[in-house]
Amino acid sequence: MKTIYFDNNATTQVDPQVFEAMEPFFKDLYGNPSSMHHKGGEVAPYIREARRKLSSLLGCEPEEIVYTSCGTESDNTALWSAIRTQPDRKHLITSRVEHSAIVNNVTLLRRLGYRVTEVGVDRQGRLDMEEFKRALTPETALVSFHWANNETGVVFPVEEIAGMCHERGVVFHTDAVQAVGKIPMNLRESKISMLSLAGHKLHAPKGIGALYVRQGLKFLPFMVGGHQERNRRGGTENVPYIVGLGKAAELAEARLGEENSRVRALRDRLEEGLLKIPYSIVNGDRVNRLPNTTNISFEYIEGESILFHLSHFGICASSGSACTSGSLEPSHVLRAMGVPFTAAHGSIRLSLCTYNTDEEVDFTLGKFPPIVEKLRALSPFWKDGAPTDSALLTCDTDSCSVCS
Amino acid sequence: MWEYTDKVMDHFENPRNVGVVSRIDGEGQVGSLSCGDALRLTIQVDKDRDTIEDAKFQTFGCASAIASSSALTEMIKGKTLDQALSLTNQDIAEFLGGLPREKMHCSVMGQEALEAAVANYRGVPVKSAQGELVCKCFGVTDSEIERVVRTNRLTSVEEITQFTKAGGGCGQCKPKLEEILARVLHQTAKEPAGKPARMTALRRIKLIEEAINTEIAPALNRDGGDIELVDVDGHEVLVTLKGACASCPASKQTLADFVTDRLRSLVDPEIVVREYHA
Ligand SMILES: Cc1ncc(COP(=O)(O)O)c(C=O)c1O
Ligand code: FES
Repeated sequence: MKTIYFDNNATTQVDPQVFEAMEPFFKDLYGNPSSMHHKGGEVAPYIREARRKLSSLLGCEPEEIVYTSCGTESDNTALWSAIRTQPDRKHLITSRVEHSAIVNNVTLLRRLGYRVTEVGVDRQGRLDMEEFKRALTPETALVSFHWANNETGVVFPVEEIAGMCHERGVVFHTDAVQAVGKIPMNLRESKISMLSLAGHKLHAPKGIGALYVRQGLKFLPFMVGGHQERNRRGGTENVPYIVGLGKAAELAEARLGEENSRVRALRDRLEEGLLKIPYSIVNGDRVNRLPNTTNISFEYIEGESILFHLSHFGICASSGSACTSGSLEPSHVLRAMGVPFTAAHGSIRLSLCTYNTDEEVDFTLGKFPPIVEKLRALSPFWKDGAPTDSALLTCDTDSCSVCS
Repeated sequence: MWEYTDKVMDHFENPRNVGVVSRIDGEGQVGSLSCGDALRLTIQVDKDRDTIEDAKFQTFGCASAIASSSALTEMIKGKTLDQALSLTNQDIAEFLGGLPREKMHCSVMGQEALEAAVANYRGVPVKSAQGELVCKCFGVTDSEIERVVRTNRLTSVEEITQFTKAGGGCGQCKPKLEEILARVLHQTAKEPAGKPARMTALRRIKLIEEAINTEIAPALNRDGGDIELVDVDGHEVLVTLKGACASCPASKQTLADFVTDRLRSLVDPEIVVREYHA
């Protein structure tokens, strides 16, 4: 069975060219760049070159890049550095739709006595800018908003926000894990203080990430150790992966145009086709959105069962339903957007990349409608091609706080 | 990705008995669209023989919810109402070759729908729906939780959530769940073990404590001896022993043998007793 991979926001396939670039570093080029002999000396230029390629994709200086192990480490490094370098500022601003790498720090921060404002979003997943502006104070140690949402692809106006933070002397971090390689960026011309990315979202392997730290920004390392990364991240450099990320960045820069033209067109065609299925709705702002992502709810059926049927045909996607998360509630992103539970449980995210083809979109458009039909035929909320008013629509307990 | 058995996948991909029976004698509905899964079970009853002639389901939910519903209908068709009612969620899970722990609530939903359908046919209230509402988020009562804890020998609040969903929303009901769990554990520790259950460390410790306090210590006391539990590490039980003739090593050995023997038969055949020397 051929795999049709529409789950690139979860992770991507390592590009063969990336793998090829990495291989020598598992063989002859095994030196530690800190070593004072030729085995160390021979790898250093490769790291320098990799750093240059990544900085070119971001539009920043090579010295502004700190390599980490993943997106989560980059997010944590940024957050805790901002907190620890500004001990008298006890307030943070973030949003209600961030990745768990940020969200799960909020509880901890509150326990430590910090005030945290989690700015809301509207029905389209757009940030409430008024609420954000009201929240911004001289006490604010950090504002952290993702550049693009991993579930819906909705893009936040981070450059505008960075400017507002800069005017007030507030540090601004953006989790750009989903944006890098999909949206052109030029950090030199922005006021962003720190930016997180993860290699495995742009065809580099898992296990490598990076944090951009603007020159001159006060910084404290998260991983304390050796002098590596100019004292900003201890630990012997992950040479093969740094080289791999360099190659991936070079490819991503070259493919940015295609991502925003051909991939976007593929995504749009897939989305339009799926919206022909009755009772299907797009979650998220269709204007300010990543070119590769669509999130669609198929009402009255449940996401996991859709995924299993898709998987039967080799199609890989993901869902914001409760069942797929192992938790009992649907995705916090869809809930923050106020997507009704009736639709949230049936949400499917399809995220494309430059490897995807027209044939794959056609194949998927052929398989999808019968799957939805089959599941609706099983559903107690569906009868003869239309929803029924079933007593089961909401819980019979008036006090149910999940639905309200 | 969940690891579903082939049987689960078969019942998911080829669900049996989908729809509504031609003459609805009893109907049970559990769950809701907002909760993420919902099941409507209808049964047709042979009134003279008190048997389920036909059963059909409609389910909104994940693969295991659909498979559990399908399995349920297969299992109850042809059974008398009482036979059907004796089915537990464990039986449904077993029929499917097992379910991931996080998905056990799907089997519980099946059992509840059946109970509701039979009660509806008989015109009596649903037993497990009575009782005090404990989890508001998912509408779960204390009697429902008690039953699930008992039949599945649960030992943690996390498991209660996996089996009933209670506690999986706002989390406010968790202290109450702790209470119910402690109460049931206390009661079941006294009951003779039925089906052997998977023993968690917590449960083993509880049972060891119980056995020492209620059986072993009184027996030793009668002979002027005593025992104190110091620690439990896996299957190793650390105790201090006091015999009638405390300094005699031979009698100590028999004491230790006696304790080992009792703990092995009461709690777990793999238990090793060691004496603690301060
Ligand atoms: C927006 C966002 N931030 C952070 C992460 C975490 O990245 P990683 O899994 O590499 O730690 C992800 C990955 O899913 C993401 O989508
Ligand atoms: S009341 Fe039980 S989880 Fe909210």
